[in-house]
Amino acid sequence: MKTVSLTIDGKKIRAREGEKVLWAALDNGIYIPNLCALHDALEPFAACRLCFVEVEGKKQPVTACTEAVEQGMVVNTRGPGALRLARTAFELLVASLPVDCAHCPSSGSCELQKIAAHLSIKLKTKRFRKLLRELPIDYSSPLFIYDPNKCVLCGRCVWICRERLGIGTLGFAHRGFDRLVTTFGSEPISESKCLDCGECVVACPTGALAFKDRQGIKSGLGKGG
Amino acid sequence: MTKEQAEVKQQTKRILNRFGRKRGNLVPILQKVQGKLGYLPREAMLEIAEFLGIPAIDVYSVVTFYNQFRLNPPGKHSIRVCLGTACHMKGGYITLDAWKRRLCIDRGQTTPDREFDLDIVACVGCCVMAPVSVVDDKPQGKVEPTKVDGILLSFKLKKEKQGKESQ
Ligand code: SF4
Ligand code: SF4
Ligand code: FES
Ligand code: FES
Repeated sequence: MKTVSLTIDGKKIRAREGEKVLWAALDNGIYIPNLCALHDALEPFAACRLCFVEVEGKKQPVTACTEAVEQGMVVNTRGPGALRLARTAFELLVASLPVDCAHCPSSGSCELQKIAAHLSIKLKTKRFRKLLRELPIDYSSPLFIYDPNKCVLCGRCVWICRERLGIGTLGFAHRGFDRLVTTFGSEPISESKCLDCGECVVACPTGALAFKDRQGIKSGLGKGG
Repeated sequence: MTKEQAEVKQQTKRILNRFGRKRGNLVPILQKVQGKLGYLPREAMLEIAEFLGIPAIDVYSVVTFYNQFRLNPPGKHSIRVCLGTACHMKGGYITLDAWKRRLCIDRGQTTPDREFDLDIVACVGCCVMAPVSVVDDKPQGKVEPTKVDGILLSFKLKKEKQGKESQ
C-alpha cells in the first residue's frame, strides 16, 4: 500500500494514498466536525458542509471528506475561514432542529453536542429564524423510535440499510424544507420491510433514531460513526 | 387485494412491458402510468420497483420529489392555488389555508368523495388578479377566503340542480 506524508494541525502523519483528509485526521486523533461521512461509501455525500478545513496553497477552504491527501500537504483544521463556514452551516442546521437535550435519549452520545463544543458555539442560533417542521414521531418499531424532527438528513441510515445490509427500508422523500428520511409511502416503520436490526440506529449521529431501551445503548450497541 | 388494486397492477404491468429494466426509465415509466391512471397508486409504485429491481422507497422518493406526480386520484374538480411571487405577496397562503379548511384536505390530496383535489402552482401569468386560484383550468382572480366559500357554494348548487334534473 502506497502512503503519503502530510501535516495536519502541525502534526506529521502518514496516510494511504487517495485517502480523504477527514479519515486521515480522524485516524490520527484529530477531530473534524462531520455528520454525513461514511468511510465505506464509494462517493462522499458531502452534504452536511461541516468538515471544512484549510489547505496551504488553496484560496478557499475545502471539505475534508472530499479532499484526497497529497504528499507534503499542509492542513489546518482550525483556520478562521474554515471555522466560519462550519459554524454557519451548523447554525443553519440547528435553526430547524428542536434542541431539547435534557429530554433526549441520545444526549451524551449525540454528534451535535460534540460538534457544538468543538466549534465553541451553542446549540442554538441567534442569527437565523427558528423554523421547526413538527412532524409526527414514529414509535411503531419494537426496538427504536424515529423522530424525523431531530433528523439532520445526513443519509447515514439510508446508506447502511441499503448499501451495507441490502435491505432498503429507508430513503429520502419530498423536497426542500419538506425533505425527510422515511419509508415507502411514509408508512410506519413496523409496516415497512424493516427487520429491526438496529444498524441504522447505531449509525445515526443524532437523536433521530434512538433505541427504546436505553440499556441497549450501554450493553454493546454503542453509538458511533 | 381489492378489484381496483388488481386492476391497477394489471394496467401497470401492461405499460411496463414496453420498457427495459433500466433505472433510467423510472421517470418515463411514472409519466406513462400516471397518464393512464391519473395518479400513482401504491400498487403501481410497488410493481414498478419490482420491475426495475430497486427498493420501493426509491420510487416513492422520485414521485414525491417532482410536483408533476400525484399520489392521490384526481378529483372531479381541480383547485390549484397560485403561490407565485405576486400571489404570495397578496396572501396566497391565506387562500390556500381557506381551501384546506373548507375541503378538510391538505395540498396534494383529494377529498374522500373524489369531488375536489387541491394543490399549488407557481405563477400562472395573471398576477394582476392576485391572489389567483385556478379552478378547473380557469384562473379565478382575487380569491380571498370569502370567494373560496362562494366558489364552493356555486359547485354545490350546480350539483343539486343536476341531481334534481336527473330525478
Ligand atoms: S433497523 Fe435495520 S432494517 Fe430497519 S430501517 Fe434500520 S437498518 Fe433498515
Ligand atoms: S435519521 Fe439519523 S442517520 Fe438517518 S438521516 Fe436522519 S440524522 Fe442521519
Ligand atoms: S462530512 Fe464532509 S460534508 Fe459532511
Ligand atoms: S403570481 Fe400568481 S398569477 Fe402570477
